[in-house]
Amino acid sequence: MTIISIRPFLAVGVSLLAAFLIMLSGKRPNLRESFTVAASIIKMLIVFSMVPAVLEGSVYEYTLFNITDTVGFTLRTDAVGMLFACVSSFLYIPVGIYAIGYMRGHHEKEQTGFFAAFAVCISAAVGIALAGNLLTFFVFFELLTVATYPLVFHARTEEARFSGRKYLIYTLSTGQLLLAGTGVVYYIAGTLDFKAGGFLTMDMAPVWLLQVLFFLLTVAGAVKAGLMPLHGWLPSAMVAPTPVSALLHAVAVVKAGAFCIIRIIGYVYGPSLLADLGAAQVLAWLAVFTIIVSSLIAMKQDNMKRRLAYSTIGQLSYVVLGASMLSPLGMLGAMYHIVAHAVMKITLFMCAGAVIVTTHKENISEMNGIGRRMPITFGCFTIAALGIAGMPFVVGFISKWDILLGALEIGQPLYLAVLVVSALLGLSYLMPVCYIAFFKKDETGEFAEYGEADKRMLLPICLTAALSLILGIMPNFGVHLYDLAEIAANAVTAGFYESALIVTTSFAGGALL
Amino acid sequence: MRNLPVLIPILPLASAMLCLALSRINKNLGKYVVIGALTVSFASAIGLFVEVMRTGETIHYYMGGWKPPLGIEFVIDEMNAIILVAIAAVALFVCIYSQPFFSEKTRRLKRQKDNSNYADGTTWLEKGGFYALYALLSAGLLGMTITGDMFNLYVFLEIASISGYGLIALGGDKSVMASFRYLLLGTIAASFYLLAVAYMYSITGTLNMADMAMLLAAHKNSPNVFIAVSMLIIAFGIKMALFPLHGWQPDAYTYAHPAAAPLIAGLMSKAPALAMLRYMFYIIGVDSPYVAKALTVIGFLGACGIILGSVMANAQRDFRRMLAYSSVAQIGYIAVGLSLGNAYGIIAAVFHILIHAFMKSSLFMVIGAVRYRYDEVLISKLGGLNKHMPLTTVTLVIAALSMVGIPPTGGFFSKWYIIMGSLESGHYFYLVVLIVSSLLNAMYFFRVLETVFINKDAELEEVRPKGRFELPLQMLVPIVLFGIVIIAIGVLNAHIVADVLSLGLPEVLAI
Amino acid sequence: MNSTELFNLLNDFLASKGIYALVLILFFLGMFGMIVCKNYMKKLMSMNIMQVSIIFFFLCFAQKEGGMIPVLDGVTNDPGAYINPLPHALMLTAIVVSLGTTGVALALLMRLKDKYGTVEEDELLGRISE
Repeated sequence: MTIISIRPFLAVGVSLLAAFLIMLSGKRPNLRESFTVAASIIKMLIVFSMVPAVLEGSVYEYTLFNITDTVGFTLRTDAVGMLFACVSSFLYIPVGIYAIGYMRGHHEKEQTGFFAAFAVCISAAVGIALAGNLLTFFVFFELLTVATYPLVFHARTEEARFSGRKYLIYTLSTGQLLLAGTGVVYYIAGTLDFKAGGFLTMDMAPVWLLQVLFFLLTVAGAVKAGLMPLHGWLPSAMVAPTPVSALLHAVAVVKAGAFCIIRIIGYVYGPSLLADLGAAQVLAWLAVFTIIVSSLIAMKQDNMKRRLAYSTIGQLSYVVLGASMLSPLGMLGAMYHIVAHAVMKITLFMCAGAVIVTTHKENISEMNGIGRRMPITFGCFTIAALGIAGMPFVVGFISKWDILLGALEIGQPLYLAVLVVSALLGLSYLMPVCYIAFFKKDETGEFAEYGEADKRMLLPICLTAALSLILGIMPNFGVHLYDLAEIAANAVTAGFYESALIVTTSFAGGALL
Repeated sequence: MRNLPVLIPILPLASAMLCLALSRINKNLGKYVVIGALTVSFASAIGLFVEVMRTGETIHYYMGGWKPPLGIEFVIDEMNAIILVAIAAVALFVCIYSQPFFSEKTRRLKRQKDNSNYADGTTWLEKGGFYALYALLSAGLLGMTITGDMFNLYVFLEIASISGYGLIALGGDKSVMASFRYLLLGTIAASFYLLAVAYMYSITGTLNMADMAMLLAAHKNSPNVFIAVSMLIIAFGIKMALFPLHGWQPDAYTYAHPAAAPLIAGLMSKAPALAMLRYMFYIIGVDSPYVAKALTVIGFLGACGIILGSVMANAQRDFRRMLAYSSVAQIGYIAVGLSLGNAYGIIAAVFHILIHAFMKSSLFMVIGAVRYRYDEVLISKLGGLNKHMPLTTVTLVIAALSMVGIPPTGGFFSKWYIIMGSLESGHYFYLVVLIVSSLLNAMYFFRVLETVFINKDAELEEVRPKGRFELPLQMLVPIVLFGIVIIAIGVLNAHIVADVLSLGLPEVLAI
Repeated sequence: MNSTELFNLLNDFLASKGIYALVLILFFLGMFGMIVCKNYMKKLMSMNIMQVSIIFFFLCFAQKEGGMIPVLDGVTNDPGAYINPLPHALMLTAIVVSLGTTGVALALLMRLKDKYGTVEEDELLGRISE
């Protein structure tokens, strides 16, 4: 059932409005910050209020106006869109509160512009999630690019300028390819509305065109998701303040990229067409390559944020790999990994930021014994790190398990091997951090004077760490994100894998146990 | 109501005549008469636009009651109704914007060594002269758009050009030479236009555009049409600064008087572009084999202009010159839209004429405002502009994003329609050109934004006192307004395209 | 083809199209001058030559054999008996326009001469960039 309601637009609009108010209230920091918090809470409530109906199979849909003469500016809450919208709007709250603590603790300049751009980013992320057609999607995609740019160059150093340029070159150029691809899709299909299972068919265009088109459309997502060899911007963008890294690398930008690939695979092409074209195979191999190589690079990084960045690159490729397997369980795992990775990686980044603000240390080799001074921070860090490596009872396990089963489903044992190896690699690049922090002796004694991080930072960290545990045990906790992912995955692969529903439910039950 | 069409060009024309005489009586009187005349023009243009939309019929106005083909006819259809509104709006608001440059209250405290010697006298002659020229230029541009007579178009073209030479020459030392070179090239263009008219007139014996279109139908393959088409390309190519005939344009835009540059840069190349569109699609018609060939040539030149203009813009240090080269590129967009020769192509061209008029004039208003306060025009001097002039910077950002083509600003949508048109006609080549040019645009505009936001605050010396706001209200309001208009056109583009432009398409192409 | 025929051919051409050829030569002479001359005053004069050639062109094709001046004198009301007055009227306007253009151009040249003491392009370019 389709419910005509403006609610999706309210969800997007509330933080745009907040951005405007933040710009105006630059002289009064407390008022300004209250706008950030208020917008994040209202936004979450609006998004969550739409979940029950979506779980029952309804969609909220609204066309605000026509974006071009024939294509509407439409937001539509299908299951996978809701999933991403829930994640980004919910995580906006902890990151927002954390950012306030971080920015004040760090005495950053230009905070007004920072918080405004931050709000626009979240708007764009929710817009990307709920976009009902490819052109609306593109509009928010570009908005996200432009709004993230000021966050990247926030430090206003030469390095920041360089990273900003790099970011723009990567994202704008591929954004143009996405635009060209969108134009071609509209020309051959006559529509741009997302449809579960895809709306393109074999008879619309020659095979070579469909294949080329697939890469035009996915390359923008691949860049934002940091798929190798298009990942160059991501480690450089680490020059941004840590809340930005948390937002960029856990919620908004990279997830938008991964989400773009899911949209293109599941809702523009559809698994059956892609299976005929064989184009998704290439994406899968790139993802496999990225998973392994990025983990190896991550092991060599001494800068904490850079190590986490490479970890992000690897983890996002799980999503790409899961989606390009074209199997129901792979798709389910990919979608749920968006949630899982968001919760875990945001915890890791916030911990890294807390260390930076409290002790001004960025390199892992300098963190000897710091865990004993900041036990809560590093306790949370350890939980999230275990989750990234795929330990059971942490949320990362569930999504990885599904992707694993997806690999079995399509009979690709090689993917299986890759997933296992990468889990080990994940352990080997994150666990040393915990080891150094907790068990190495602080010989210089320089951490003696430091205590736990500021409460405004500690609270969000505990929240997200706890969440990754809870979701690891009860994946449906709260707003039934696992169900949402399941509905979406089944809708996408329905008709392609007939047995999809039965298999999925049985394994979901297994995972629940 | 019946006489609205004639008010549009005649009032600014009359006010130009009166302006100098009235300025003799009171220094400001002439200026107010010009602003008043432009306001009435603007109101009439809106009135006509509403009327055309309401009745859905083309309005014909016969000068002095002489019916065509004998008399001069003014024609307002959907296409030029909306362009008229845009021209009248830009002319009016830039006129309001120009006032503080000539005000005694805001005399310059000191002069920087460069960029300061534009005319800013407050005597009756200087003030009256500027506004008389300004009114003439507006009248010429409005007239070119509204007229339905080929020779009348020539007259208005020359009115606009001659007053344009004057306004450019007011911009300081270097501007005189720029103006003279433009004069030479502009006259060549006008001569070619006259020759084209002569060739068409000699086979049909009429000067009325509609009549000409009807009579030319029998002469689609006549060599006269071939010669006329080639001469029209040269004539309008020079006037709209189509690559490689753009030689006059960078200097002229760069050195034009800062108070008139927004109008000159925003519109002086647009009215000829619209005239070119009229000739190609409404008078001679795409079914003529020569027009089809001409369109190929125009498209190729446009594509070259897009790329080379953007590359040249990247190499500039002077913000105005960068904008001038970017205009070469943007005119290329219009040319490419034209050359596609299908409905979406024409829509894209007209839409780009519309949006680019606002984008370019707002950018020139921004740099004019910087020059007004600090006498600076270099990009490197814009560092930290957001702290001195926050609202101006907002418009700068919006206009820059629109030039790059980021939705939802208007610039994105002309790109979208060009993409649609080029896919429809199978010209994938233009798709590539468009992508490359967007990236080049992004390079130079984000370089400016980077300078504004990242660079250390430039050392600026105020040459004029700061008032209550960052700029005098007469300047600030048009700047902010144009920033809003750029977004509004983007958001409303579906209406503009579906309800206005697609109704004004030539019959053979109507969707 | 003997020489008489050739002569006749040339004769016919000159009689019917010769004037246009001259106009064309004049036009391109003007253009040539505008491009080649380095002196701005000469450029301006060449521009005038070009404009005059266009005026000639209009006047030429308005001519008609056996036509009389377009003033109704009571002899005949047949429009075919008169020459077309419209191109002449148009050229009056064109002359006015070219006068205006020349006036502005001269004013600009005077400014250049005042400021830089020359109207030679090479010298001007050198002095402006100083």
